[in-house]
Amino acid sequence: MSSNLAAPPATPANGFDPGPLRNAARWHRAEYAFWVLPVLAYFVFAENLSLLSQIAIAALFCLSLDLILGYAGIVSLGHAAFFGVGAYTAGLLAKHGWGDPLLGLGAAAAIAAATGFITSFLVLRGSDLTRLMVTLGVAVMFYEAANKLTAFTGGVDGLQGVEVKPIFGVFGFDLYGKTAYWYSLIVLFIMFCLARRLVHSPFGLSLRGIRQNLTRMPAIGAPVNGRLVAAYTIGAAYAGVAGALLTQTTQFVSLDVLSFSRSAELLLILVLGGTGRLYGALIGTMVFMTAHHFLSGINPQYWQFWLGAALVLVVLFARDGIMGMLQRLHAAGRKAP
Amino acid sequence: MTVIFDGIASGLLLFLISVGLSVTLGLMNFVNLAHGSFAMFGGYICVILLNRHGVPFLAALPVVTLASALAGVVLERTLYRRLYGASHLDQVLFSIGLVFMSISVAHYFFGAQQQPLQLPPMLSGQFNLPGLDIGVYRLFLIVVGLLIAIALQWMIARTRFGAQLRAAVDNPRAARGLGIDVDRVFVLTFALGSALAGLGGALGVEMLGLDPEFPVKYIVYFLIVVAVGGSGNIKGSLYASLIIGICDVAGKYYVPQIGAFVIYAVMVATLIFRPQGLFGRGAAK
Repeated sequence: MSSNLAAPPATPANGFDPGPLRNAARWHRAEYAFWVLPVLAYFVFAENLSLLSQIAIAALFCLSLDLILGYAGIVSLGHAAFFGVGAYTAGLLAKHGWGDPLLGLGAAAAIAAATGFITSFLVLRGSDLTRLMVTLGVAVMFYEAANKLTAFTGGVDGLQGVEVKPIFGVFGFDLYGKTAYWYSLIVLFIMFCLARRLVHSPFGLSLRGIRQNLTRMPAIGAPVNGRLVAAYTIGAAYAGVAGALLTQTTQFVSLDVLSFSRSAELLLILVLGGTGRLYGALIGTMVFMTAHHFLSGINPQYWQFWLGAALVLVVLFARDGIMGMLQRLHAAGRKAP
Repeated sequence: MTVIFDGIASGLLLFLISVGLSVTLGLMNFVNLAHGSFAMFGGYICVILLNRHGVPFLAALPVVTLASALAGVVLERTLYRRLYGASHLDQVLFSIGLVFMSISVAHYFFGAQQQPLQLPPMLSGQFNLPGLDIGVYRLFLIVVGLLIAIALQWMIARTRFGAQLRAAVDNPRAARGLGIDVDRVFVLTFALGSALAGLGGALGVEMLGLDPEFPVKYIVYFLIVVAVGGSGNIKGSLYASLIIGICDVAGKYYVPQIGAFVIYAVMVATLIFRPQGLFGRGAAK
């Protein structure tokens, strides 16, 4: 794990020193500590496992948006479309007898990726504003389609009769959500490692370059459109996996997976955590879901009010989110993970 | 015929609400997703005036318009103006935050139920021509909508304020150099946009209903109108609203299975082939 870049020679002929990039790609101590948390949480909050798996799934979903928004800089108000596609794929497969969880994940990723690939050509045209509206439009079309195809998706009542088989034929999903939690967490961790590798690869660096200076990147030979299409497709696949996880752990698909508020909420979580940082997506989700759980228990309406207020404040005063604040606090003598 | 007539009426209602968005989005280049909140605000004010204080409907409308304009000014001065230079994404996030807040405030004061609105007898009922049923209220909407469309077009194209506004949008620095008070122009424009939203919201209670989820339920429609019509373009918004109103009513009437699907498809197709909208005024700034 220590060198995530394909190691170039120590002092290349052209004078380029990859040292700082390689250091940035190295796992930091704080990161190891971070991943101990969910394991501890399993023992500490043993009666709240379903909430914990929800957090893991939301974190994966948020990660997918971070890839396309934080790294590739594609704004999206309709990312729930891919989440929903993944959820329905896994749900329909399981309903019709192919209940193997890993097969479901794979199929969901593939179909969401295909959807993302196709829609990416629509999304990549135009400016930020057009992208916002096209992504929104695509998402509401999916919502409408799922709503109307009642014979297929169950419409407003949701997709019922989802029967998921045990993982590897051994670990069945239990009532307490133990299997569901470990399953979600392990999938999240694997996907996170892949994403981490991706953003520190030359491909990921070129995405960041495209976000920061769209006119210069073609000049140094980066195929901008191709890279963005690839990033959008990968982001869609991630969202699809997250959707499939939700279906498999809850054994149900509600129409809500495609809703506009899910997309909007996701954007909010990411901004709260800090865009353009993988841990921003994870920490944002943890904070958000925990706050949601406890505050909406008190009164759902107040919760929404404070949510809006938090969003306004973040945009006005803390544009780089929780991770940005953490980073500023530890600015001295500490490198960004 | 009745379908087309109803379509025109609902199109003009859509126009009344979304033209305000077209003004802020197109002329001031601000993505205000909270536009529906202003419309909802107008709707609630109207309902309060009518149901609790017994103000006649027609007298309530100017009050609603003024109140929404005032709310617009206050928000512009305190919050919106900080974000004029920000990226579209920031503006979207900010206004979504406002939407969430407005929804819960509406919940808190009015509860989740639909608000009833009693129209005056003068505006309710309908009269029949051969082959055509005309609802009086729908006719009223059409008249009001057309009047406002003409007035707005005249204001932006002909008056001194309109010229100042266009100058301030195209090049704020040069406009300042010429002695135009850009801040003031923007405040007034924003107030205008909110006032129109409020008025549209009040007029729309009868047809669209009014509950706390209003801003989220209809924001897609407003965005579609602006996207299809081209932002900052009164005529474009008018035509787009009419197209969408008629398609929507006709679609729901003849092929209810497809529902709102057609409209979304129209929007996405428009954005792909004509990113500035059907009647856009050239490249987006």
